[in-house]
Amino acid sequence: MNDCCATETIDIKVEPRIPGKIRTVALIGPPNSGKSTLFNRLTGLRQKVANYPGVTVEQHFGKLNGIGRSELILIDLPGIYSLDSYSEDARVAVDVLHGDMPGTPAPDAVLLVLDSLHLRRQLTLAAPVLSLGLPTLVLLNMSDLMESRGGEVDTLALAQELGVPVAKISASRGTGLDAITHFLDRKSEVVQPRAAAKLELPVVGNARSYRQWATGISTRTKYKAPLSSEWTRKLDRVLLHRIVGPFLFLAVVISVFQVVFSIGQPLSNAFGDLLNSAGARIGTFLGHGWFESLLIDGIWKGVASVLVFLPQILLLFLFIGVLEDSGYLARAALIADRVMRSIGLNGKAFIPLLSAYACAVPAIMATRTIENKRDRFATILVAPFMTCSARLPIYLLMIAAFIPNKPIIGEFFGLRAAVMLSLYLLGFLAALGTARLLKSSILKAASAPFILELPQYRLPTLRSLGLRVVDRGKVFLKQAGTIILCVTVVLWVLSHVPFHSTLPQSFIGHVGQWIEPVIRPLGFNWKIGIGLLSSIIAREVIVGTLGTLYGADPATQSLSLQAALRHDLTLGGAMALVVFFAFAMQCTSTLAIVRRETNSWRWPALQFAYMSVLAYLAALATNQLITHLF
Amino acid sequence: MKDGIQGWTKLNALSELGIGKMAIIESLDLPDEVGHHLMHMGIVPEARIVVIRRAPAGDPTVYYIDGFEIALRRETARSIRVRTIEEGH
Repeated sequence: MNDCCATETIDIKVEPRIPGKIRTVALIGPPNSGKSTLFNRLTGLRQKVANYPGVTVEQHFGKLNGIGRSELILIDLPGIYSLDSYSEDARVAVDVLHGDMPGTPAPDAVLLVLDSLHLRRQLTLAAPVLSLGLPTLVLLNMSDLMESRGGEVDTLALAQELGVPVAKISASRGTGLDAITHFLDRKSEVVQPRAAAKLELPVVGNARSYRQWATGISTRTKYKAPLSSEWTRKLDRVLLHRIVGPFLFLAVVISVFQVVFSIGQPLSNAFGDLLNSAGARIGTFLGHGWFESLLIDGIWKGVASVLVFLPQILLLFLFIGVLEDSGYLARAALIADRVMRSIGLNGKAFIPLLSAYACAVPAIMATRTIENKRDRFATILVAPFMTCSARLPIYLLMIAAFIPNKPIIGEFFGLRAAVMLSLYLLGFLAALGTARLLKSSILKAASAPFILELPQYRLPTLRSLGLRVVDRGKVFLKQAGTIILCVTVVLWVLSHVPFHSTLPQSFIGHVGQWIEPVIRPLGFNWKIGIGLLSSIIAREVIVGTLGTLYGADPATQSLSLQAALRHDLTLGGAMALVVFFAFAMQCTSTLAIVRRETNSWRWPALQFAYMSVLAYLAALATNQLITHLF
Repeated sequence: MKDGIQGWTKLNALSELGIGKMAIIESLDLPDEVGHHLMHMGIVPEARIVVIRRAPAGDPTVYYIDGFEIALRRETARSIRVRTIEEGH
């Protein structure tokens, strides 16, 4: 279960706390307090991401390189409003702060980040954090912005009220961070028992008393809230306008797609060519033999078949990052909520599901913005039904081979385009039906409200976007990479034993032939069977496998792949194959990412089984229908 | 809708308020878990809330509370009781 996390936690050793000595610092703050920006600022590029054991909450930690204290470890806690354990995030935060989280050292000090633009409300988190009694430094983030908009607060008075030091900082500009160094230096030398006698904290766990306490403090410290950003209101008047809003929303969506496909696709193709030619070049050095075959035909090609999606995946992460950091993601969720609700999901699922049209991997990782766990899992489970770009090679091949290009509406919309469009529609309908099914059965929501905070618009910084893309890319490569390496080696061995056998004679060839009776009702032969088995790693692999199989067969050797397929399959079988691919979960990367995001093998296993059964039944129906109709 | 006890105030559901209207939150008629979440986001009794705008599809609605803008669906807003100052009486 924890195989993936074990390697990540090697770096931090759980040692008993030595009083007065600081080794581990926890960073805590409410959502939208600029906590992640500060974390990136303090740790730099070298940070680690893992899942906390047993939950789906991400753990970020890194060394305090940003302020030259690389001997200290900073743990980033999830963004939460309170320590009441009503959410998984809050439970994780409480466990870490108490030192009860397995594999995570107990923090010796706490950095509490609060957004000074909304100090009155953000202060409610200070009460439960301070009552822990750990050395704490309160950081008033975005204080430059607060002051420029006419806001004020007496930090000295606030420090006296809270009984801990308070500092004004700006995480995005990196100002005021020396206060953290001072705090850590002082705390490293002597333990300062806090003047807890003076501190009056509210009743624990009562939201109302927290609020009264926070209001009292902000009044006594002469907190004056800044004027709210005029820009945000003005922009919202346009971006959320009844008529203009949805149009601009569509324009954003279309341009994201335009860029992902018009830049990402050629980039992916070029990257794939590069990987293949590099593989071939390395191959010539190794000579011919089983080792070269395992390394190049097995591992290199298998890994390359997944790596080619990296440019598209990174591009999508970049877009999601821009949308999220700018504040538009919340507006998109607001606009899409009505439509998404009709299929039992909420507005926050829209952008992830949209991304799944390019690739399910970034889509599934983007579902972290959906706080409601059931909605999030439902979104994760339906995302792979969206027609991703790995399905296009087999769709294009089969359509070109079997569908005549008869015009339907003029020159622009022919029969081929119609078939392609219906395949997109098929995937969408499957996602819709599955979402409804899930939400009315295993993921039935128990009175979970949709609460959406609309943050102020901000210009995303290159630094934070870059870090985000690198971070997500690393997670993908690590999670998918390890599993894909295993699967490619296993598939290579199975298609090469017994030694000196051709693909049809190999173990996998035998299995392909052995399952022929099972797939014959779908109109598939054993070659397709082998193709289906080999494409478990990634959907587009089937095209290469079929090429190899038909190329080796004397009967079809001289024909092009399209002609060979026409020679071997009926129209019913061909259409059943594309329908099979519309529904089947032929993607190891997605399974690996679903495992990571749900922190259990149960969900990817369920997903694989459900999608395979659905694919089989739909392909069967397609073949039977077409065979009887034509 | 019924007349408030003090004569010049009126009890409503938050969902009934029009754009631009201000109200004071009276009580949350929601399951504990939901109510808790809302309270931590500033939606507590005696807080001032202003209706800002509706989403292009008419729902959810954006509210301004305690310096923040929060969107709630009608089904949630319906269970939040508010007190409004009646105009023109």
